[in-house]
Amino acid sequence: PLKNTNICFHNLQELRHSASLATKVFIQRDYSEGTVCRFQTKFPSELDSRIERTLFEETVKTLNSYYAEAEMIGGQSYLEGCLACATAYIIFLCMETRYEKVLKKISGYIQEQNEKIYAPRGLLLTDPIERGMRVVSFFHGRLFTAQNLGCKCDEKSSRCF
Amino acid sequence: MSAVMITRKVRKWEKLPGKNTFCCDGRVMMARQKGVFYLTLFLIIGTCSLFFAFECPYLAVNLSPAIPVFAALLFLFVMAMLLRTSFSDPGVLPRALPEEATFIEMEIEAANGNVPAGQRPPPRIRNVQINNQIVKLKYCYTCKIFRPPRASHCSICDNCVDRFDHHCPWVGNCVGKRNYRYFYLFTLSLSLLTIYIFTFDIVHVVMRSVDSGFLNTLKETPGTVLEVLVCFFTLWSVVGLTGFHTYLISLNQTTNEDIKGSWSGKNRVQNPYSHKNIIKNCCEVLCGPAYPSVLDRRGLMQEDSPASETSPPSSSSMNSVPQTTKTTAPLIPNEHTPDDVKPSIADSAEKTPSPKEEESPAPKLPPLASPETDAETSIIKDKAH
Repeated sequence: PLKNTNICFHNLQELRHSASLATKVFIQRDYSEGTVCRFQTKFPSELDSRIERTLFEETVKTLNSYYAEAEMIGGQSYLEGCLACATAYIIFLCMETRYEKVLKKISGYIQEQNEKIYAPRGLLLTDPIERGMRVVSFFHGRLFTAQNLGCKCDEKSSRCF
Repeated sequence: MSAVMITRKVRKWEKLPGKNTFCCDGRVMMARQKGVFYLTLFLIIGTCSLFFAFECPYLAVNLSPAIPVFAALLFLFVMAMLLRTSFSDPGVLPRALPEEATFIEMEIEAANGNVPAGQRPPPRIRNVQINNQIVKLKYCYTCKIFRPPRASHCSICDNCVDRFDHHCPWVGNCVGKRNYRYFYLFTLSLSLLTIYIFTFDIVHVVMRSVDSGFLNTLKETPGTVLEVLVCFFTLWSVVGLTGFHTYLISLNQTTNEDIKGSWSGKNRVQNPYSHKNIIKNCCEVLCGPAYPSVLDRRGLMQEDSPASETSPPSSSSMNSVPQTTKTTAPLIPNEHTPDDVKPSIADSAEKTPSPKEEESPAPKLPPLASPETDAETSIIKDKAH
């Protein structure tokens, strides 16, 4: 229970740029099923003291299922492909592809996981798309209190809690 | 006197390493040499203009007005596919940021153990099992990553590209995971357009010669000769190319893998990506999902150092070249090769020629990184013996 620690998610973004404060753990891609986007669920030893194994595995497995859904070759992808081809792919200039929709869901999921699970443990999970879908990275550093961070959220960015 | 901070929105494409040119504020991404691409455009637009000017009026009246209409639709489709292939991100993999590169280096060193002084370290290879076959992932010294399976480094664009097929000068871009289907549809539709124009040129000449005689026909429509010439030579190359790529798609192979013979030969691994079913392979390549670009070209750069407060005024920020990255002005090819690009010659062994030329990739001078430890270069040397 971390009652007196307020972590503003907005300022967690700035944590990334201060390498001296955070160490990074990278979860690599799992290519056992080919070139589909999957990440290894093997628990890294650096996170041993930081987070429960089950929570970590749950996060990575959910991410993998999202990517599998995005890359699934089935009825919907055929329909999207054929329709787009018939319009000489001009439709892609206006419409969002299924993959992009799933990517939005993923970034929402990562943000939610950070707020609920990882930030209270002093960890930050980054979206794989920022690293070219090569790795999922975890940052860990000291826990900050609101005074240290000089929290300056505005209404538009995420809340301070 | 306090320093005045003039901020200008710098988009990420301006700081991307690699030898690409960007246009329309990062929306368009191409290779540096665009001369052959302009030639392609000129040939297609020129030949079609001649067709619409000379043949179509006669054919529309004497045969059917559907002929020019269909030709116009086909022409628009060809142009759309060409521009999509040329202007889109082929699937470039961003280079590893310093922390990731260090992490990988540490992993490599841990795996290699202690190497006695004077001995060459073992090649940087990671073995991965895909569909019960062992595939070797090579380390890219330029991008500082282990390349995902099927990715390759293009030395012309100086980028690692996912599912790298080849670098096509006619299109002015690499052909990779994201734009392969557009490239295939371009060659297919261009074949159809060429055959269409060629056929109707002949039909037109025959029909008109019956009325006015052969020589008079040529005098009335001089464009026909040019069109027939261009179509004749284009037919052989483009139709052949379409056939070749249809064959590759049915086997789920890339041109790069085909040239290197990755999956052929008795002692080699069988293609682990093929579904062993032609229809499934075609569906995966042509009807698969539209992969997004992982290069955030139009995203805004983060201002992360306090030193930026004394940065020079915005007008010179386009010209100021940071030590490790090269900024590229729109549509102006950068002729200079900074010194930090020279280590990338290590990966020129991976350079794949366009399908027009059949030259084997030659390993170049060993630079700072050691290509002899690159397993692929040693395979090429074995072949040369």
